[in-house]
Amino acid sequence: MATAVGSLSQPEDRSKIWEWMTTVDHKKIAALYGVTGFTFFLFAGIQALLIRTQLAVPNGTVLDADLYNQLFTTHALTMIFLAIMPLGASFFNYFIPLQIGARDVAFPRLNALGYWTFLVGGVMLTSSFFLGGAPDGGWFAYAPLTSTEYAPGKNLDFYTVSLLILGISSLMGALNFAVTIINMRAPGMLMMRLPVYMWMTLVVAFLLILSLPIITVALIQLYFDRNFSTHFFSPEAGGDPILWQHIFWLFGHPEVYVLILPSMGIVSEVLPVMSRKPLFGYSAIVFAGAAIGVLGFAVWAHHMFTTGLGTVPLIVFSASTMAIGVPTGIKIFNWLGTMWGGNIRFTTATYFAVSFIALFTIGGISGVMHASPAVDGQHQDSYFVVAHLHYVLFGGAIMGIFAGIFYWFPKMTGRFLDERMGKFTFWALFVGQNLTFFPMHFLGLAGMPRRIYTYDEGLGWETWNLVATGGSYIIALGVLVFLINFFKTMRQAPTAGDNPWDGGTLEWATSSPPPEHNFDVVPEVRDRDPLWYNRDHGIAAAPKPEHLHIHLPPPSYIPLVVAMGVALLGIGALSHIGVSVLGVAVIVYGVWAWALEPTE
Amino acid sequence: MAAAAHESGHHTSLGVDNRKLLMWIFLASECLFFGTLISTYLVFKGQSLVGPFPGEILDIPLTSASTFVLLMSSLTMVLAVYGAQHGRLGLMRGMLLATILLGLTFLGFQVYEFRHFGHLGLNLGTNQFGATFYLMTGFHGTHVGVGVLYLISLLIGSMRRSGLGKERALWVDTAGLYWHFVDVVWIVIFTIVYLIPE
Repeated sequence: MATAVGSLSQPEDRSKIWEWMTTVDHKKIAALYGVTGFTFFLFAGIQALLIRTQLAVPNGTVLDADLYNQLFTTHALTMIFLAIMPLGASFFNYFIPLQIGARDVAFPRLNALGYWTFLVGGVMLTSSFFLGGAPDGGWFAYAPLTSTEYAPGKNLDFYTVSLLILGISSLMGALNFAVTIINMRAPGMLMMRLPVYMWMTLVVAFLLILSLPIITVALIQLYFDRNFSTHFFSPEAGGDPILWQHIFWLFGHPEVYVLILPSMGIVSEVLPVMSRKPLFGYSAIVFAGAAIGVLGFAVWAHHMFTTGLGTVPLIVFSASTMAIGVPTGIKIFNWLGTMWGGNIRFTTATYFAVSFIALFTIGGISGVMHASPAVDGQHQDSYFVVAHLHYVLFGGAIMGIFAGIFYWFPKMTGRFLDERMGKFTFWALFVGQNLTFFPMHFLGLAGMPRRIYTYDEGLGWETWNLVATGGSYIIALGVLVFLINFFKTMRQAPTAGDNPWDGGTLEWATSSPPPEHNFDVVPEVRDRDPLWYNRDHGIAAAPKPEHLHIHLPPPSYIPLVVAMGVALLGIGALSHIGVSVLGVAVIVYGVWAWALEPTE
Repeated sequence: MAAAAHESGHHTSLGVDNRKLLMWIFLASECLFFGTLISTYLVFKGQSLVGPFPGEILDIPLTSASTFVLLMSSLTMVLAVYGAQHGRLGLMRGMLLATILLGLTFLGFQVYEFRHFGHLGLNLGTNQFGATFYLMTGFHGTHVGVGVLYLISLLIGSMRRSGLGKERALWVDTAGLYWHFVDVVWIVIFTIVYLIPE
C-alpha cells in the first residue's frame, strides 16, 4: 500500500482531485470549508422552506408530525454545526495567516484533518434521513424524551455520534487557530495590533476549546444511557433530566457566541475600510469581545428559568444575562462611532454590515427581555424565542457572513461579485427575513408554541404565519440570485487589484488571490492598520526578492486516512463494535504514519 | 529579530514551540472534560437507589498502592525529560521504559478493580455510583492507555539511528506535560472517590 500511495503522490501522477484531497494549504482548506458549508446552508434552507410551507395555513398537510420533528431538529443542527460554524472556519482558515502575516497555520495537516472529520460528521448526520430517521428531539435533545423508551430508533444515536465527531473536528480547528494567532504573528504584530477579526477568532477558539469537552461528556453520557443501560438522565432509576439541561447549555450558550463573534469581527473589518476611517475604540471593542467570551460561560441557566431553579439562581443568572448586554452594547456604539463622520462607500458589503448592526440589536434587545425570569416565563417555548434567535443568527451571523463574502471575495478570487445582483440579494434577505421573523414576535405573544407541526384555524395566527412563509420565499430568492452571481463572477477574468477597497490590514498587502506562500516578504508591522501607516508615512513595500527560499509543507494523504478511521469508529458506534475496533486501528496507524512523515 | 526568524525557521512570537503550546491549550480543554465527569460524579454522590454502595466495595489500601505507582511514574517521567534535555540517551530510554511499565501496572490494577467490582455486582447500569464511577475512571484509564502508547512511540523512535533528532527534548517534554496532567487528574479522582467519605 505504501508504494501505491507513494507513486500517487508523485507530481506527474497527481490529479486535480487528489491535489484537493491531500492539500494542507490553508487557502484551499478554506475553500473546501466554504463550499461544503454553503452546500449545507442551502440544504438547511430547504428544510426551513418545507417547515414554513407546512405552517403557511392552518392544518397544513405538506409534512406529517414525525417528519416535521426531524426537519426542525436537523434544520437547527445543520445551520449551527454544518453551515455557520464551517463558514466561519472557512474565513478563519483563509484570513488568520494572511492577517497576522504568516505563511500558513501552525499545524497544516491538523487543519486538513479538521476539515475531513467535519465532512465525516456532516455526512453522517445528514445520512440519518435515509437510514431510519433523522434526530427528532430538538437540537438540545432534552431528557427524558431522548431515552430509548421514548425514542427507540437510531435517530438520537445519529445525533450523539455525529455531534461527537463534529466536536472533535471543531476542537482540532480551534486548537490550531489559537496556537497560530498567539504564536505565528509577523514581526511587530503585537497582540494589541491584531485586527479585531483576529481577536474575535481567538475568543471563539477559546470558547470552543473550553466548551466542547463539556458537551462531549454529555453526549457520551447520553450514548451510554441509550446503549449501555446507565441512567444519567432517566429519573426512574435515580438519574436527573435537569442535569442534561445544565451540561447542554453550559456548552450551548458559549456556542451562541461561537456563532455570532466571527460576524462581529467581520463587521469590525468592513466598517472602518468602507468608512475610510480607523475603527473607533479598538481597545474597547477587543476587551468587550473578551468579556463576552468570559461572561458567556456564566449565563447558561437563563435557558432553564422555567425548570424550577429556585430564587437565588434566577436572580444570579438574570443579572449575569443582563450584564452580557453591556459589552455587546459597547461594540454597537463602537461600530456607530466608526461610521460617524466617515466618508462611507455604500457597497454591498457595507449594506450587509450596517444591517447586521440594526438586526442584531433587535435580537439583542429581545434577548435582554428574556433575561427577566418573569418575562421569560411568558416567552418560554413560544414563537417569540424563535423570532429572537433568528434575529441574532440570521440577522446577525448570516448577514455578517455575507458581508465577509462580498468584502473578501476580490482577495480570495481576484474578482468582484456583481454589485447590482449583490444589492438585490441584500434587499431580498433584508426584507425577507424581517417579514419572516418579525411576525413571529406577534405569534409568540399570541400564544403560538414552538415545535408544533400544525395549528387549528380561528386562533388568530393565520395572517402572520402566511406573512412569515412569504418572507421565507423572498429569502430563498435572494440566496438564489447570490448563487447566480457567484457562478457568473467566477467565469469572468480577474480584475481586482491587490487592495481594491484600500484596506489597512495585511491581507491586502499581497496579490489577489494570494500565492501559495502568501507573502514574498513577511511584512513588518509598525502600527494597527499597517498598510495605512505605511501609506501615510511614505514607507514603500519591501521589493520582491529575486529568489524565494520558502519552505512549505508538502501535501499529505494521512489526514484523510485518520478521518477514515474516525468515520469507521463512528459507524461502529451506530452498528457493530467490530467496525469501531477497526476504526481505532486505522487511527493508531494513521497517527503513527503522521508522526513519521517527513515535513521538511 | 527578523533576521533570527529568517535563520532558524522555528521562530515563534512567544518563544515557545507551537507543539508545546498546542499541548498546553489542549490540556486546558481536558480540564473541562474531566471537570464535567467529576461534577457528574459529585452530583450523583450518595444518590444510588440500590447497592453495592461505594463504602461497601472500595478497597482504599489497594488503590493507594496503584496511586503510588502512578505518582512514581511522574518521577520517572521527569527523569526521562532530564535525560532528553542533557543528551543522556541511556537515562532517557530507561526512564521512558520505567514510566511505561509503571503506567501499565496502574492499568493492571484498574482492570483488576473493575473485574472485582463486576463480580461484586456493580455494573454500569446497576446504580448511579456504577455509572459515574466507571465512566470517570474508565476515561481516566483510557487517557493513561493513550499516554502509554505515546511513550512507547517515543521509546521506539529513540531506538532508531537518528534517535528522536535534534528536537528530542521537545518531544519528551511535551509528552511529559500530558503524562503529569493525567497524574494530577488521578489525584483529584482518588481524593473525591476514595478519601472523602459518603
